[in-house]
Amino acid sequence: MAGQEHVRRRHDDEPGDEPGTPAPAAPSAQARDAEVDALLEEIDDVLEQNAEQFVRGFVQKGGQ
Amino acid sequence: MTVRRVMGLETEYGVLQPGRPLANPMLLSSHVVAVHAAARESGRARARWDYDDEDPLHDARGFHLQRAAAHPSLLTDSPTVPAPSGDGPQEMPRSEVEEYEDPGAANVILTNGARLYVDHAHPEYSSPEVTSPLDAVRWDRAGELVMLDSVRRLAANPALPDVTLYKNNVDGKGATYGTHENYLVDRAVPFGDLVARLTPFLVTRQVFTGAGRVGLGQRGEHPGFQLSQRADYIEAEVGLETTLRRPIVNTRDEPHADPARWRRLHVIIGDATMLEVATYLRLGTTSLVLWLIEQGEAGGAARRVLQAVDRLALRDPVQSVHRVSHDLALTERLELADGRRLTALEVQAEYLAAVRGALDAAGGAPDEQTLDVLARWESLLGRLADEPASCAREVEWLAKLRLLDGMRRRDHLAWDHPRLAAVDLQWSDVRPERGLYHRLVAAGAVELLVTPEQVEDAVVHPPHDTRAYFRGEAVARYGGHISAASWDSVVFDVPGAQTLQRVPMRDPLRGTRAHVGELLDRSPDARSLLAALGG
Repeated sequence: MAGQEHVRRRHDDEPGDEPGTPAPAAPSAQARDAEVDALLEEIDDVLEQNAEQFVRGFVQKGGQ
Repeated sequence: MTVRRVMGLETEYGVLQPGRPLANPMLLSSHVVAVHAAARESGRARARWDYDDEDPLHDARGFHLQRAAAHPSLLTDSPTVPAPSGDGPQEMPRSEVEEYEDPGAANVILTNGARLYVDHAHPEYSSPEVTSPLDAVRWDRAGELVMLDSVRRLAANPALPDVTLYKNNVDGKGATYGTHENYLVDRAVPFGDLVARLTPFLVTRQVFTGAGRVGLGQRGEHPGFQLSQRADYIEAEVGLETTLRRPIVNTRDEPHADPARWRRLHVIIGDATMLEVATYLRLGTTSLVLWLIEQGEAGGAARRVLQAVDRLALRDPVQSVHRVSHDLALTERLELADGRRLTALEVQAEYLAAVRGALDAAGGAPDEQTLDVLARWESLLGRLADEPASCAREVEWLAKLRLLDGMRRRDHLAWDHPRLAAVDLQWSDVRPERGLYHRLVAAGAVELLVTPEQVEDAVVHPPHDTRAYFRGEAVARYGGHISAASWDSVVFDVPGAQTLQRVPMRDPLRGTRAHVGELLDRSPDARSLLAALGG
C-alpha cells in the first residue's frame, strides 16, 4: 500500500543521493540520522536479546 | 472558549510474567494491585469499591455542599435504602457477614484519587477526574509510576512472581485492551449530534494521536507499520460494547454525575501514549471539538461554523479508521458523504478552522492552555503535511517509526523481523531501564510537558479542583475508617456508629480543595469530619 511504499522511499533517500533533495532540509535530516544512530546504539543495549522468543511470549487476554 | 472540562483517562496495562507466557494474567494483575495496597496500608483492612454508585438511581443525591442541584425525580423511595433525609452523609446498613474478597476484584483507591484495580485480565489505572489536558497528562504519568512501583515491589519479593507491565494496547496476536478517555459533556447536546459531529474528528486525529504499531490486521497478519494501535479493532460506528465489535463512539452513559446536566462521553478508539505531547493533544483537541459542538447546540455564531463540520461526515467511518491508520504518507483521500475527497490532515484542518471560527465569534481571550493546544494543533498539522520527520519529538507513531526505520536501514530488516516487533512492545515497558520510550527521554529526544517532581507529587496527591480532592484526601487522612469509595461516594465506617455513612459526591466540580480543604484540616478524624458534614 501507498503508506508502506512511502517508508521505503524515505529509506532510499540517503543524504546526498538525490540532487532533488531540498537543500534546507538536508542538514537537519542528516543531523536526525546521526541522532537516530546514537539512539539505536543505546537501544541495542537494552532490547530483549532473544527478540523472537520475547515477541512470541507476549500473549495477552483481550480487554476493553 | 476553553479546553477545560472534567475529564479522565483509564488505562489497561499489558501484563507479563517474564519467561512464563502461560502465567494467569488475572492472578498477575491482582498481585500488581495487592502489592500496592499492602505497601500503603501495611495490612490494614482496605476500602472496597462502592458499587452502589454504578446504578445511577442510587446516585441521585446531592453532595452536601450542593443543595440546589439534587434532582428530586431520581431520589430513591425504596424502603430498603434510606432516602436521603438531608444533604449530609447517608446512613447505610452495615454488612452482617465479612465481605467476600474475590482476588479478581482486587481494588485500591489511591490517595491521588485514582482507582487501581483488575479489569478483565489487566491491571487498570483510572485517573482521578481532572479539569485540563495538562493535568490529565500529569495524573496519567502518575499512573505509570504507580505501575512501576508494583513491578519493583514484586521483583523485590521472592515469594511473588516477577511482573512486567506495558502501557500499550495490542499483543500482536489478536488481543487488544483499552485506553479510554472520559469527558463530561453537556447533556443538552443530543447524542446523535454529538456522534455525527465527533466521528470524523476521531477517525482522523490518529495522525497526531497514534502510538504506532508494527503489524497490520488484528493479528498482525500482514507485515508493515501503522499509525494506531487500536484502529484495526474498530468495527462499528456507535455501540455499547467495549470488548467486541468495538465502536468509534461508545454509548456507555454512566455519567457518575447529575444525569440531567451531564453525560460522560466514553471514547474507546484512542491509543495509550507514552509521549506527553501526544496525550496532551489527544485530550486537548477532543475537548475543544466538544466545546465547539456544545456551543453549536447553544445557538449563535457557532451554529453557523458547525455547518462546515456537518459537511465532514464520512461515507464509511469504520473503513476510514483503518485507511488513515495504514497511510503513513498521510495523503490517502477519504470519501465524504457529500462526495468530496479529503485527506485526514484536511479533515483536521477543517475542525481547527471551525474551532477558531467559533472562538472568534465568541470573543474574549481564551486561557493559556487553550491557546497552547490550538497553536500546537495548527503547527503539527502543517508540519505533518510538509515535514513529518520534524514531529518525532511530539507524535508517538513518528517517534517510534524513526527508531524502526533507523533499525531497518542499519540492519536491513524487513517489517516482519521479530526485532522490530520487539521494539514496538518494549517501547512501553514502564521500567525506565528497559522501556525504549524512556531511553528516548534520557537522550532528550522527546518533548516533556511536566516535570518529574510534578509527576511524583501526583502519585500521592489528588488534583485540587475536582471531587477527586475529597476522595483522595479522605483516603489519605481517614483511610482506616473508609469501608468503600467510588467515583461519586465515600463510605465511612466509624467505630461505635450504628451504621455506615455514605457521603455522596454527585458533582465532579464539588469536593475541591476550595470547598472542603479547610473542613478537612479542621477534622482530625472521620468522626469529626462526618459531624461537620452534618451527619
